[in-house]
Amino acid sequence: MTYTTAIFYFFASILVFAGLRVITARNPVHAALYLVLAFFTAAGLWMLLEAEFLAITLVLVYVGAVMVLFLFVVMMLDINLEKLREGFWDYLPLAGFVAVLLVIEMALILGSRHFGLEVMGAPAPHAADYSNTKELGRVLYTEYVYAFELAAVILLVAIVAAIALTLRRRKDSKYIDPAEQVKVKRNDRLRIVKMQATQKPGAGEDGA
Amino acid sequence: MESVGMDWAAIRTVVWTLIKILALVVPLMLGVAYLTYAERKIIGWMQVRIGPNRVGFQGLLQPIADAVKLLMKEIIIPSGASRGLFILGPILAIAPALAAWAVIPFTDSLVLANINAGLLYVMAITSMGVYGVIIAGWASNSKYAFLGAMRSAAQIVSYEIAMGFALVGVLMAAQSLNLSDIVHGQSGGLHHWYIWPLFPLFVVYLISGVAETNRAPFDVAEGESEIVAGFHVEYSGMAFAVFFLAEYANMILIAALTTLMFLGGWLSPVTFLPDGIVWWLLKTGFVLFLFLWFRATFPRYRYDQIMRLGWKVFIPITLVWIIVVGGMMQTPYGYLFH
Repeated sequence: MTYTTAIFYFFASILVFAGLRVITARNPVHAALYLVLAFFTAAGLWMLLEAEFLAITLVLVYVGAVMVLFLFVVMMLDINLEKLREGFWDYLPLAGFVAVLLVIEMALILGSRHFGLEVMGAPAPHAADYSNTKELGRVLYTEYVYAFELAAVILLVAIVAAIALTLRRRKDSKYIDPAEQVKVKRNDRLRIVKMQATQKPGAGEDGA
Repeated sequence: MESVGMDWAAIRTVVWTLIKILALVVPLMLGVAYLTYAERKIIGWMQVRIGPNRVGFQGLLQPIADAVKLLMKEIIIPSGASRGLFILGPILAIAPALAAWAVIPFTDSLVLANINAGLLYVMAITSMGVYGVIIAGWASNSKYAFLGAMRSAAQIVSYEIAMGFALVGVLMAAQSLNLSDIVHGQSGGLHHWYIWPLFPLFVVYLISGVAETNRAPFDVAEGESEIVAGFHVEYSGMAFAVFFLAEYANMILIAALTTLMFLGGWLSPVTFLPDGIVWWLLKTGFVLFLFLWFRATFPRYRYDQIMRLGWKVFIPITLVWIIVVGGMMQTPYGYLFH
């Protein structure tokens, strides 16, 4: 067993374990954290494939942003596990069907003579100064530029739509306009009154 | 399959790397300890006090005394806490703070891992620091800790976007993600540093860095006057100290990154003086001083102000400046941005 293989099996076993715990953990927060672990180990596996850009982006986007917001929501919810498990047996036939379909699809790809291990051998390792990021960028902005731009536009539309759908202005809450705050002058807030200092009759210098 | 054991070259690499990691972490921890001392002294002088001056000459042994005190204290785990996660919280806070140092170059040759995607790696690793805070807040099973964690999570995720865009500007100017190459792109004296063409991004990065490390005036995650101490209110002894270490290690990291990306790293500001680690230390020290200065000067931001600054001010500034840099590079004046 070489060093790389040992690392692969180390990551792979953690990944499988974390994946199992995501669906078996009783506490939803624990499940979300196992999903984080699964993402992180998957990134490690991608790194072994010399896909450094994808691996780091997986950590940056999924672990660093998506899962944080996910945890944020899960921690705020009061989830009743008993209620969630109620419909288990009703959904089992459908879920089983989907699972079998997935297994068949995977077997077709991994076992067929077009995609099998013998046909798709490991790519030749690149030199140390090979930049995966640069190559990806080059391909994205030359060969696949239209598809890439289309995907970007669709994403933008989705973002705008999501914000437009949830945007509402409550009439009953008070808003602060920072521009107004900055523009305020002293005279708008403060009035200086000149008055004569007087002493109450009977009050001494040293008070009561 | 070669032999029964793993190949020996690989094992030697691992051992050698471990030694190098130790050589990096030990000075870093010392730096953290004396940063706390510097903070107390400097803020003391700014407020016309003396600061720590009892333990050792001029109080120089104070950080050691603090560390020993915290080591001796009991770590109390609240009965309602989620035990495993409660212990995991501080570990997840300090691990990214140290791991990010792997790609930080100190001089041309002094770097643990000179990887191509260094900048991306740093961003990915620092984005994981938030887990320590969130998990600690949730696992403590305390209202104040949870509020602190929620505040911190929203704040860090918001400022990360502006930070990422600021780094995109650096990447465009240097045309590389490798931190050593970024520094080399700034060679040729003070006026070649990226701080000049990327000045708006520099300001955004520095302020976002303060927000990312939960330092004053963005320290609503702790907010000692409102939510006691925020996410680490239930922690005591060494578990608390680890959060403390992580915060200061992150501060030094942000200062080092600012130095590398905008202030020319180990390059000397004038061409007749030699480059060297001294410049790196001086510049990083200066940025750290700014951190302390901010804390002594500014009152804490209100939470909605923090969110407004991140989303409505910083992100538009960075977006506009990336377009400016990209556009200028197509003109004859493009050399100004390289």
